[in-house]
Amino acid sequence: MSVLIFVDQSEGHIKKASYEVATYGAKLAAQLGTTAEALVLGTITDNLADLGKYGIKKVHQVANETLNHLDAQLFTNVIAEAVKQLGATVVIFSHTQTGKAISSNVAARLQAGIVTGASALPDTTNGFVVKKTVFSGKAFANIAIHSPIKVISLNPNSFHTLAGEGVAEVSSLAIAVGNPKVKVNSIDKIIGEVPLTEADIVVSGGRGLKGPENWGILLDLAKELHAATACSRPVADANWRPHHEHVGQTGVQIAPNLYIALGISGAIQHLAGVNRSKVIVVINKDPEAPFFKAADYGIVGDLFEVVPKLTEEIKKMRGE
Amino acid sequence: MKILVCISKTPDTTARIAFTDNNTQFDENGVQWIINPYDEWYSLVRAIELKEKDPTTIIHLITVGGPDCDPVIRKALALGGDEAIRVNAPAKDSYYVAAQIAEIARQEKYDIIFTGKEAIDFNGSAIGGMVAELTDTPYISLATKFELTGNTALISREIEGGEEIDEVSIPVVVSCQKGMAEQRIPNMRGIMAARTKPLKVVEPTAIDALTSILSFELPPAKAGVKLVSPDNVAELVRLLHEEAKAI
Ligand SMILES: Cc1cc2nc3c(=O)[nH]c(=O)nc-3n(C[C@H](O)[C@H](O)[C@H](O)COP(=O)(O)OP(=O)(O)OC[C@H]3O[C@@H](n4cnc5c(N)ncnc54)[C@H](O)[C@@H]3O)c2cc1C
Repeated sequence: MSVLIFVDQSEGHIKKASYEVATYGAKLAAQLGTTAEALVLGTITDNLADLGKYGIKKVHQVANETLNHLDAQLFTNVIAEAVKQLGATVVIFSHTQTGKAISSNVAARLQAGIVTGASALPDTTNGFVVKKTVFSGKAFANIAIHSPIKVISLNPNSFHTLAGEGVAEVSSLAIAVGNPKVKVNSIDKIIGEVPLTEADIVVSGGRGLKGPENWGILLDLAKELHAATACSRPVADANWRPHHEHVGQTGVQIAPNLYIALGISGAIQHLAGVNRSKVIVVINKDPEAPFFKAADYGIVGDLFEVVPKLTEEIKKMRGE
Repeated sequence: MKILVCISKTPDTTARIAFTDNNTQFDENGVQWIINPYDEWYSLVRAIELKEKDPTTIIHLITVGGPDCDPVIRKALALGGDEAIRVNAPAKDSYYVAAQIAEIARQEKYDIIFTGKEAIDFNGSAIGGMVAELTDTPYISLATKFELTGNTALISREIEGGEEIDEVSIPVVVSCQKGMAEQRIPNMRGIMAARTKPLKVVEPTAIDALTSILSFELPPAKAGVKLVSPDNVAELVRLLHEEAKAI
């Protein structure tokens, strides 16, 4: 019995969510009295032995360049084969774009029960029970997995990474990789922006900003905080901001450390996408705005006056 | 061209989330049921657009569930689609549902299978990948655009911090989200037509679910908001720094 975590990489770098999964996997392994190992697909520039700092004992790499691009079928073949070769009984992904593309395929291949969007370590005192968010963050469900192999995909930002000492043993795994059926024609990354789902801090704007021309004050604040930017649905629908910034029940669901909502009323569908944030700050001129009920800190006031002041005060605090 | 659109019945987005029977059952009291928004707004409408471009296209809708799903399936048929299939069984878990859909898909041999990126009740994001795996078909998840030329699909999908355009020959399974299409409202003609469209009820294949829900919990209530005066923004910064340790 061992725990195998899938390490997601982009352009040779291990993604932040994978360190969370490493920490989670190591904790779970300790709980089960076994060891945590990692699987890396493709070529990589980061030092894989460093995964040892997060509690990973062994890293297995299938260093085939074909695997630098995601092809769900190829990844499923290789991961399922690795699980068999290594005798893993728990396989853990992060519930990110990559995880969503492959974790359920791998589970189906292995006839393994899966819990996606896990938010805590499994309870293994009596069976194997995983807590996950349901109803878009409005509730949790405790789900028992009955199959011999178990697959979990962990919500990003729900488990803190813990780096200590340790060096993982890195070895290559010989698994035949077939030909991809999916050809990647182009990749378009928004350079310099913090990806929304990975961000520690998110600054989000609603209709209260009145128009796209007013986003400057929001962007200034976001820049000062190294934050990602988001928006409410009507803002994306009106094309004031790009679709990928739309958070909520029908948009992206996020759980940053800090979510700052500017001119957003806090409709139930909006809250469903952000209510897992650790700290919520609401700036709204309407004291009756429902968002205040879900907030930790708030200012009832005109955002056009408050937000530039906020940016200034943060600069001051940081001695800039 | 033959397209399958997977439809899930979910509580309305404003539904009160509460549980009964010692927190083991979702409280359906007073809940309005809707077509899962991702299935309705994006998968189904994109399928309908493809049929509008090529009228020889056949669209099947599928759902796994009891007779209580019929109104929602009829509503989907009112938007478009030629016929619906309901696998007459409770949706036990995502593997069970995906295996039922895959069983139908193997018989019907679809060129494209669309799912929503997730259902807004259990937020699984699992059905598409499982159906793809169980039918040995390429899978593109979190798609924001889908263009078809001949047998080649160009699909934009969300990646961390951006977008990627993938090229793949059909058949393909695609999970859909915002960007794929624009929400439509069913019209009277569609609603009338939906009444006579076939809704085939088939019995499930024997498959064991691999997971089960033991209980539900509601998140702990927030302590309540701390309000700061708009004339004292520095105090908010201090609280965020010293108390919340968030900046
Ligand atoms: C099925 C369904 C799914 C949905 N999914 C989503 C979703 O995923 N995400 C989402 O966001 N919405 C979603 N919605 C829409 C949601 O119901 C709300 O309509 C939407 O969130 C409102 O956006 P808003 O807060 O930006 O705008 P409004 O509700 O118009 O609120 C604007 C706020 O700005 C404040 N304001 C105005 N001027 C100022 C000022 N100068 N200073 C400070 N404050 C000011 C106002 O007091 C108000 O509270 C969905 C709706 C449905 C029916």
